[in-house]
Amino acid sequence: MKLTVNGTNHEVDVDPNMPLLWVLRDELNIKGPKFGCGIAMCGACTVHLNGNPIRACSFPVSAATGEITTIEGVGTPNAMSAVQEAWVEHQVAQCGYCQSGQIMSATALLNNNPAPSDQDIDTAMSGNLCRCGTYPRIRAAIKTAAANIQASKATEIELGADAPEGV
Amino acid sequence: MGKLATITRRTFLLGAVAITGGVVFGYWKYKQPYGNPLQKDLDDGEAALTPYVLIDQDGITIIAPRAEMGQGIHTTLAALVAEELDVSLEQVKVIHGPASNAYFNAAGFEEAIPFAAIDESSMAERARNFTRIPAKFLGMQLTGGSSSTPDAFEKMRMAGAAARESLLQAAAQKLGVQATSLSTHAGKVLTASGDSFDYTELAEAAALIEPSAEPTLKSQANWKVLGKSQARVDVIPKSTGTAEFGVDVTLPGMLFATVRVNPNLLNPMNAYDASKAESMRGVEKIIEIENGVAVVATNSWYAFQAAKAIEFDWQPANYPKTTSELRQIVVDSFAAGADSKHRDDGDVDAALNGAEIISGEYEVPYLAHATMEPMNATAWMRDGMIEIWAGNQLPTQIVKEAERITGLPEDAITVHTPYMGGGFGRRAELDFAKQAIEIANAMPGTPVKMTWTREEDTCHDYYRPLALAKFKAVMGDTEPTAIDLELAAPSVASSQFGRLGVPAAGPDIFIVQAAWDQPYGVENYRVRGYKADTVFPVSSWRSVGASQNAFFHESMMDELAAAKSLDPLQMRLNLITHEPSRKVIEAVGELSNWGAELPAGHGRGIAFCLSFGVPTAQVIEVAEQDGKIKILNAYIAADVGTALDPRNVEAQLSGGMHYGLAAAMMGEITITDGKVDQTNFHNYNSIRMNQSPNVEVAILENGDRIRGVGEPGTPPAAPALANAIYAATGKRIRRLPLNKEVSFV
Ligand code: FES
Ligand code: FES
Repeated sequence: MKLTVNGTNHEVDVDPNMPLLWVLRDELNIKGPKFGCGIAMCGACTVHLNGNPIRACSFPVSAATGEITTIEGVGTPNAMSAVQEAWVEHQVAQCGYCQSGQIMSATALLNNNPAPSDQDIDTAMSGNLCRCGTYPRIRAAIKTAAANIQASKATEIELGADAPEGV
Repeated sequence: MGKLATITRRTFLLGAVAITGGVVFGYWKYKQPYGNPLQKDLDDGEAALTPYVLIDQDGITIIAPRAEMGQGIHTTLAALVAEELDVSLEQVKVIHGPASNAYFNAAGFEEAIPFAAIDESSMAERARNFTRIPAKFLGMQLTGGSSSTPDAFEKMRMAGAAARESLLQAAAQKLGVQATSLSTHAGKVLTASGDSFDYTELAEAAALIEPSAEPTLKSQANWKVLGKSQARVDVIPKSTGTAEFGVDVTLPGMLFATVRVNPNLLNPMNAYDASKAESMRGVEKIIEIENGVAVVATNSWYAFQAAKAIEFDWQPANYPKTTSELRQIVVDSFAAGADSKHRDDGDVDAALNGAEIISGEYEVPYLAHATMEPMNATAWMRDGMIEIWAGNQLPTQIVKEAERITGLPEDAITVHTPYMGGGFGRRAELDFAKQAIEIANAMPGTPVKMTWTREEDTCHDYYRPLALAKFKAVMGDTEPTAIDLELAAPSVASSQFGRLGVPAAGPDIFIVQAAWDQPYGVENYRVRGYKADTVFPVSSWRSVGASQNAFFHESMMDELAAAKSLDPLQMRLNLITHEPSRKVIEAVGELSNWGAELPAGHGRGIAFCLSFGVPTAQVIEVAEQDGKIKILNAYIAADVGTALDPRNVEAQLSGGMHYGLAAAMMGEITITDGKVDQTNFHNYNSIRMNQSPNVEVAILENGDRIRGVGEPGTPPAAPALANAIYAATGKRIRRLPLNKEVSFV
């Protein structure tokens, strides 16, 4: 079976019913996505499939056709995404176990909705549990990330056609 | 266990040990519960030294020998050292324990220091010995409870200060000047003429200097790191998916396992049939373990699937099989006589006699811990040694269990403590680590990572006990004149300590925790505890007895105020006898704009609880919307004595409150036919983003000493919410979870 994760192609030989999460974690050693419940109730395993957030614990690998992005593909410690930067700025993480999933849900939200309201945040984020109760900081970090993304877009527009790709 | 926690200044000894190209600073020793042959030169009964600071050519490493469960302790412990060492947190690496390369590469320990009585004969032995040291330290920290924070507060600062003084001395010797002519800044020693030397280049020379046993600590006014909000040392790994939790441990050739054990808790398995499972894809081995079976496979999911396919004959529960029967034991305990009467002011019986009595009965259910990361552990048996990776709060006990299961000697056992995806008390239990050890014992040479399904986790917890309360009270015009509070619960102390083989003698203080000791002056005031037979496994759950008793006590206070139409905040101020507590209540009043008019359908509730030495008050504001309760705002004021890292204190208070709110709103474990009914987050749910209130926190520092803050945010949450619902709707709810009586948005 072929799989594209964070831009890299992989070939795996597993039961086609195996949830994507366990292919990522135990076969490909990609451990940012976490196991929390296995029944799509906690969001710890959230990854993107073609840009949309999915619960990898309940998504058969055979259906995962397209580009899979995990937290590792969103940013790295030395090159964090705007969402991750905001997570650090607000010191969101406590135990941190849910945060890969939270960041993946938040990233998908902001990709589709650059200026989410509180209501939008509630809708997009309520599938992600945090037993440490970091919700107020998650909300604040999403708003910061949204503002920063908007600001950098504005700069891009000002710079006009000369702006380099990916500002 | 209590006596292990008493680490006095007298038993504290600082030292330095030379290692290749560097130095390790800051040891202290403590009374050793069992002999360690590797440290034979120590005074009888004293051993085990824990290094805090390591400086070598690679930089400065601070060892934070305490389990990071999310409470930010690594950052705070590192900040204590950094402050006195005169470095910033960005300049140091923080590690969990000394299972670090530096130790394995250590070439020679200095003989001269009295406590480095390390057997020089075997490098491996030495490395293992150091690896296990923090295990002992950790175990002790846990039993030290609230005393461990003040303890680290002094010792880690002293380690940093002693290291800094030695580095100054080393520089002075090198230059032939007085140390007093030198200063330090940001990891460098500076000379009067403007030259500077990195600590790393002075480290080897510093190792030869006998450190001061009584280094001078900075005054609080001169703190540069402490008292300021720090970036957590783990925040970038935890924001990029790169932090390694127990469940992420990866070893060469590792296999994956899961277990199924008897859902009739702690009862044996009679028989099992794994004939179907054996031939399933990926299955490598099926192993009988205590009370059940482990399935080892090439992928965790294969193990889960195969474990599901095994048929079991479980021995039935050896305890009453339903919640109502278990509850009846608690009910009956009231008749059996009090276990404790820690508060008995005035003459309650006389005061109640013939007076107009207000009374009520309260109840809370069993609760699961439900950490986000399900229980898991990895173990690897090879070459007559076993290594265990387990996010845990009691490594010393894991070593003992490994000795028992494998027959290996203590010095062949190594326990690693990775990041934990939540603890809340659950990871002080040993079951999951024992299972990983049993599996490794059956598969020598192969590392195996054992992960529980969420179902196994929810159904095999050691639960917060179901508890009951009854009160009778008499009201005066402005405050109660008599309170008689009776509290009954199974004993966490005898259940939990019993499993650790430690007898829990005397009354169980947890049954009355944060009820008998509240700083209210009531003329006639009695709090009695009743110990129910502990037949169903219970354990510490964030804030332990305070988690239920604050609900009982503070709902009662609200009822008493309401009975005379008194302002519940003002009534508490009338009663309070402890100044820092008074200020906390006043602060939460100000923060919440208490007393200001609210829109129709809104209500505010207040609760106060002094737990773990931290007076904490919360005000919660709710609104009734289309017949449902929406939690709008939450205000918290707490006095931690000294806030070493205010932003982290705020996070802990808010997080602790959310944990308490989740339980108050919807947390309930029930038992049918001996088994727990709830299985996963769909029927043991938790508070979510759309239910989380805005939170404002005021941190006060009027208390007499520094306090830990991981737990005190939890207890007031349930009563503050219940009291708010009463204010908004007139409905007094005396039994948790609240969603039995109201719906939440
Ligand atoms: S593990 Fe996938 S939603 Fe919980
Ligand atoms: S940070 Fe611990 S579960 Fe979210």
